[in-house]
Amino acid sequence: MAEMDTSGGGGHKKGPGVKKGKKLSTRVDLTPMVDLGFLLITFFIFTTTMSQPTAMKLFLPKDVNKPEEQNKVKESAVLTIMLGKNDVVYYYEGIDPTKLKPSTFKEIRDIILDKKRRTDPKDFVVVIKPTQDATYRNTVAILDEMKIDDIHRFAMVDITPDEYKLVVVTQTANGIK
Amino acid sequence: MPRVKLPRKSTNIDMTAMCDVAFLLLSFFILATKFKPPENLKVDTPESVSNKIAPEKDVVMITIDKEGRVFFSVSDNNVEQKKDIIQAINTQKSLGLSDAEMANFYKNASAYIAVPFSQLKSFLQKSAEELKGVNLPGIPVKDSTNNELVDWMRAAVGAFQGTRMNILVKGDNESKYPSFQGVIMAFKKNDQMKFQMITNPVAVPAGTELYRLNQASGTRGAE
Repeated sequence: MAEMDTSGGGGHKKGPGVKKGKKLSTRVDLTPMVDLGFLLITFFIFTTTMSQPTAMKLFLPKDVNKPEEQNKVKESAVLTIMLGKNDVVYYYEGIDPTKLKPSTFKEIRDIILDKKRRTDPKDFVVVIKPTQDATYRNTVAILDEMKIDDIHRFAMVDITPDEYKLVVVTQTANGIK
Repeated sequence: MPRVKLPRKSTNIDMTAMCDVAFLLLSFFILATKFKPPENLKVDTPESVSNKIAPEKDVVMITIDKEGRVFFSVSDNNVEQKKDIIQAINTQKSLGLSDAEMANFYKNASAYIAVPFSQLKSFLQKSAEELKGVNLPGIPVKDSTNNELVDWMRAAVGAFQGTRMNILVKGDNESKYPSFQGVIMAFKKNDQMKFQMITNPVAVPAGTELYRLNQASGTRGAE
């Protein structure tokens, strides 16, 4: 393919006295070029597929002020998760926020699944209350956790001042600044 | 017995064909690659198991940076909508923006709004180069009585009437929740209950509920 006619002289025979020029091969070793080509190909393959960002959907519930329109949930079927400072998670079952316990993002999965197992799947609701010290990473992580644990009913609610106070008290008690 | 002599074959292979193939593929990948647009705002997005690719058309993007400052931008191919948005804001807030100042927003690719209304005029007078390294205050959202993103979202909803608007939130890992809360508030006030958050994909941890669900249905991530 990549050869050229190197015989020269337009094909006619030269006389006996004419010296032939030294024939140089025009063949080039293409192996390094192929190497380089494939190296670049692998680079482009990796960069194209990796840089696609994904999106996570979130549906917000409509705010309703009238109590009769609000969704009723069973007290025993509620798990409230509050996101505090330094990636610490606080949770409590039912409606008594004084029972809150600190946890971490690693342990929260077991807590959620444990609660899920113990409650009727019809009623089970997780309430997520990020405090003002929570980071966006925490918020997305807990929403992601809902997806990982296959929980369909969860709500993101603003924290009440009383609950926030309790979180702050627990934080100072545990020495989290 | 006479031995059968095998003719010695040269071990040199003609690499030309392989080289052709390699470069053909290379040129294909170079052409097919979409390079990331140069980002003027550095945002480090969190991870999620979601595997749905973020939309690129008809996007209204709310960016929250590390310090919790909020920025507003619209995808580059929606020039008409961008024009409508900035004109609506101009008349509503009687900012007295000139045509050139408004054109700075809707004609420039990757233009974004990063200031309160009071500073909008001087902000739009500056070009992208002049804004480099300038400390921008962001759109105020944290105060519920003065949430300016509500007005921006209202203008966006009006401009995108008839087309499907994709609201994307691109938040930084380290940004605090109040900024995000303000952004959600702005969506709610405009009855925009559906939005998407840009994340980096990660694999679903093995042994979890979703993992088992995916194993059963044969998919790899989550919607």
